[in-house]
Amino acid sequence: MRENYEAVIGLEIHCQLATATKIFCNCPNTFGAHPNANVCPVCLGMPGVLPVLNAKALEYAIKAALALNCTIAPLSKFDRKQYFYPDLPKNYQISQYDLPLATNGWLTIYTEEGREKRIGITRLHMEEDAGKLVHAGSDRLAGSSYSLVDYNRAGVPLCEIVSEPDMRSGAEAAAYAQELRRILRYLGVCDGNMQEGSLRCDVNVSVRPKGSSKLGTKVEIKNMNSFNAIQRAIDYEIDRQVAAIEAGERIVQETRLWEENSQRTITMRVKEGSSDYRYFPEPDLPPIVLTAAQIEAYRSALPELPRQKRQRYQLEYGLNAYEANLIADDRSVAEFFEAVVATGAEPKPAFNWIMGDITAYLNENKLKITEIPLTPAALGEMLQLIADQTISTKIAKDLLPELLSQPLAGTVKDLVAAKGLKVMTGAELEAIVTEVINSHPKEVEQYRAGKTKLLGFFVGQVMKRTQGKAEPQTTNDLIKAKLEN
Amino acid sequence: MIDRAQVAHVANLARLQLAEAEVEIFAKQLNDILQYVEQLNQLDPQLEGVEPTTRAIEGTIPTRPDAIRQMVDPEALLNCAAAREDTFFRVPQILG
Ligand SMILES: [Zn+2]
Repeated sequence: MRENYEAVIGLEIHCQLATATKIFCNCPNTFGAHPNANVCPVCLGMPGVLPVLNAKALEYAIKAALALNCTIAPLSKFDRKQYFYPDLPKNYQISQYDLPLATNGWLTIYTEEGREKRIGITRLHMEEDAGKLVHAGSDRLAGSSYSLVDYNRAGVPLCEIVSEPDMRSGAEAAAYAQELRRILRYLGVCDGNMQEGSLRCDVNVSVRPKGSSKLGTKVEIKNMNSFNAIQRAIDYEIDRQVAAIEAGERIVQETRLWEENSQRTITMRVKEGSSDYRYFPEPDLPPIVLTAAQIEAYRSALPELPRQKRQRYQLEYGLNAYEANLIADDRSVAEFFEAVVATGAEPKPAFNWIMGDITAYLNENKLKITEIPLTPAALGEMLQLIADQTISTKIAKDLLPELLSQPLAGTVKDLVAAKGLKVMTGAELEAIVTEVINSHPKEVEQYRAGKTKLLGFFVGQVMKRTQGKAEPQTTNDLIKAKLEN
Repeated sequence: MIDRAQVAHVANLARLQLAEAEVEIFAKQLNDILQYVEQLNQLDPQLEGVEPTTRAIEGTIPTRPDAIRQMVDPEALLNCAAAREDTFFRVPQILG
């Protein structure tokens, strides 16, 4: 019955900006500090204090908006969103209401069918984060006799990014959130750590009969802290809503929580009067006025973005879409790859080495590609040595652990020479081939009688005696020539 | 026109407890204020095409550099609270 319905999904993503300080005061913006170590009179909302905007937070928000193809408002402003909750020391949150920093953007995802799909972005605005509550006496709000508050997070700069309801499945929503995080990480404006809450997703889901243009009743889901959870929560919620409609029930507009343990969504108690925030312009903060020249300066300082890299890798480097997606996922990996190619290495082997042995080493040792001694220049040189057959692929694989873990004194070529790993060809190799053939008369006889599969056996013997240094093609040719004469 | 129900609603959102008589007084005062501001509508032809403003001073928002500087010891701030527990602020039960 699910085939008869279509889901309409929109995402609201809050991302913490990776500034050194909070948005309106000089307190540190760090995760995991001792409770209430990062507080001051401004972020605690003491009387008489004046918030002053962090220049970096504004810069990061503008960069994010431009990278998401938004139009930056020449004039935007901050507003007070008022509600009473102990995580909010001032009883209002400084946010942006009717004049957000940016509107009308988009990003591109790849659907499960491998097609590109554009997802609209309604708006991007800046606001301050709230504090964190710890409920004493119970892990649930309802059972607590009192609560403890940590305001370290209060005043951390946030960007709220609201999508258009353009997604139709849990997978599309997860792909959108992933691409958004990738862009923010490319810009270096948000670390995107969902476990620590630097990137938080709220999802709106409704279902309607296929072909209908009328929107169904929208349900909000919160509390998903991985892309996988976003996908599963949405798919669960679509099934739940379809089943309810099929059973003749009415969908209630509400907020539901994703429960990771039971893999389902449950009704959350709705905050009283939460719909009436009585926004009004923040009198302590003048409007943000940006000239076209300023906006253009920010735009021209943007780095190449994931989608541009993916396209260029396919066009210029001949990678396929899958490979381009993979290597463009992380900016530092993509830049390493480009630097290797810039040394003259072929893109395909460079891709294979980086995504193969090197990535395996990084994962195993929990390292980033920028944290290892191997330089793009050294990898490029190694690939060149393989290409001109100075070393075999096998030798290169044996060499790699050292290149990954120890700084290289000279060139890779020096290291190959010092270790005596240079590929063996010519008379030296011929002598060993002759030796191998002479010491296996029985196999020679069988080969000559037609059991040509034994070629592999002879190659293996040569490799063994040369410790893998024999150049494979020459070895093959030499053995064949000697056996067939 | 602001009626008594609206005054009661806003008072509730603002967590203000108003006596019946006060609701009456505030409804009247708020309407007086609205009528006062309402006079601006007489300027309608002159205001044609004038964008609403939130401030009297021109110019953009001042910003500060992104540098850490804590002037007040958080411990002193915690001691301003009505109740604390370790380095947390302690607040009464939120929901019954
Ligand atoms: Zn502060």
